[in-house]
Amino acid sequence: MTSRTATRPFRFAGCVELRQTLDVHALDERELMHRIAEVPPGSIFFHTFGYFLRHRAFTTAYGNDFARWAAHEIGDHALAERLAVVDPFAFSTVEELREHLVTIVQDHLRGREAETRVEFDRAFHFQQSHIVEVPLGLSAETLVEFRAGLATVDESAIYLHTVETRARERRSEAFSEWLRDSLDLPALAERFERADPYLTSLERIRGRLLGLVDTAFDEARR
Amino acid sequence: MSRIDDYRRVAAPGAVDFILKLAGQVKGRRFLHITGGRLGGGATETLRAAVPILSELNVDTRWEVTGGDNTYYTTARSLQAALEGAERVLSEEGLARWVDMNGLNAKKLDLDADLTVVHDCQPASLVSARTAGRWVWRCHFDCSSAQPTPWTFFRRFAEQYDAAVFALPGFEGRLGIPMYIVPPSIDPLSERNRDLTPREISDTLTALGVSRDKPLLVQIGGFARAHDPLGVVNAYRLVKKHHDVRLVLAGTADGEPERLELLSHLLEVAHEDHDVVVLELPPEAHRQVNALQRAATIVLQKSVRAGFDLGPAEAMWKGKPVVGGYAGGLAQQIVTNVTGYTVHSVEGAAFRIRHLLNNPELIPRMGAAGREHVRRSFLITRELVDDLALGVHLTR
Repeated sequence: MTSRTATRPFRFAGCVELRQTLDVHALDERELMHRIAEVPPGSIFFHTFGYFLRHRAFTTAYGNDFARWAAHEIGDHALAERLAVVDPFAFSTVEELREHLVTIVQDHLRGREAETRVEFDRAFHFQQSHIVEVPLGLSAETLVEFRAGLATVDESAIYLHTVETRARERRSEAFSEWLRDSLDLPALAERFERADPYLTSLERIRGRLLGLVDTAFDEARR
Repeated sequence: MSRIDDYRRVAAPGAVDFILKLAGQVKGRRFLHITGGRLGGGATETLRAAVPILSELNVDTRWEVTGGDNTYYTTARSLQAALEGAERVLSEEGLARWVDMNGLNAKKLDLDADLTVVHDCQPASLVSARTAGRWVWRCHFDCSSAQPTPWTFFRRFAEQYDAAVFALPGFEGRLGIPMYIVPPSIDPLSERNRDLTPREISDTLTALGVSRDKPLLVQIGGFARAHDPLGVVNAYRLVKKHHDVRLVLAGTADGEPERLELLSHLLEVAHEDHDVVVLELPPEAHRQVNALQRAATIVLQKSVRAGFDLGPAEAMWKGKPVVGGYAGGLAQQIVTNVTGYTVHSVEGAAFRIRHLLNNPELIPRMGAAGREHVRRSFLITRELVDDLALGVHLTR
């Protein structure tokens, strides 16, 4: 396994998230619900999956921007909890994720009369992003080389080759895809796909993926 | 002048190599920045550091400035103030002069570039003379509450751009073009933020007449109501009942009558209480600001209205916890309970200061977290990455 050469090399790329504001804002929870239903899919992606690229270990407690806003700006901790528990990776499409978010807010608002309305500077400002890929000049043809690259690449590469490729169609490919198709390691590819990126940091995901590769090496030696 | 390799010792690991890779993607493309001058803070301060670095990276980058007569400058200043929400009287003649002078500027300047970035208000109507390449209006202020008539006038120029860039979501005005977000940054190697030796700090504080015999609460900022220095004094007084601290308020008055009146009031306060130190500093007093922030126990930034004041980022870079108002970009910089606290009142500020003084182990812990937060999010290296990515995206 360690000496197997891939049918084509894996090329590591990092990324930059170029943020775009949509001039769409929500000042209360009902507006949040309506805007979530209306904004482009890229905005739903930005505020859920994209959260993992922007936030660090000490700020990921909410899991997505909607939950963070409900807690910090509106002070509705029940809604924040209900939104925070939404794992974007559990949905097969962004539209399914959007519907689920709308349903949660709608259900939360049912029967409630008064809602907190915030000043504009505390509004939820909807955004989306353009991912600019940055080839890192690092490639791998074997699992040993892949592990070396994985251990050292910029953490944005971890996001690009796990989260972005998994949820959006991108030029760069997923780690798991290359392991399966080019290195013929379907079991390891499946473990990579099962690695849970929800509510953790990119560095921790890197550590978990390195652990999976090391386990594969150990199994091959036995 | 700092070189790109100098940033390796201060930026996040790998950040400089990432910039080098990104710069490689725009090689051969020509970038042009246009501002209303080369002096001052904000955009020009960043460009003074960034343009030489980009040139060092073989990214063809030029920086031009516009100029004109007295009417041109005063109209541009008033127009920007109106776009920031202030009430201003703008005459049709003055606005026509501003447009005409930028027409003359367009004839004098070499505007041939693949991406032209026009900063703020003064040079903005140059876009009417665009011929080739992509044009971006980079707005460094909050124009979300612009006066309607000036905005309607300005909008016809803004919409001739291919895109606009704002510092924060929510700072934008209504425009029918793509609007990107690039927050500002600090230069960790500048005189304002570089490491100072203990001797440099103590000599500077001695020269300022600030004694370090008790914990220092420091607020840096203009003597303007937006920065609420009187609120800071009242918070200090609430703290002073329990802790023997000294308050330092340092900033500029800019000769504006309202600011001078506020400064005069603060000087009276300082006259009555010798633990309140009020320092009027010139805008270029970077070493003094640096030393005061480094000598502080806690840095305050109790602004009630702010654009994207980078005071918290500067203080956090120096390892200080920040108690800041909930305004503009402050809330973006301060991670509550981690790097400091955002507060909504005088009492809230006093409560948080007392909390920190009564639990001193939090001070270095928050300071260290703040420095790491700034290292990743508010250093010029991050802004270079954003700018280069914008260049890649808009010129591909």
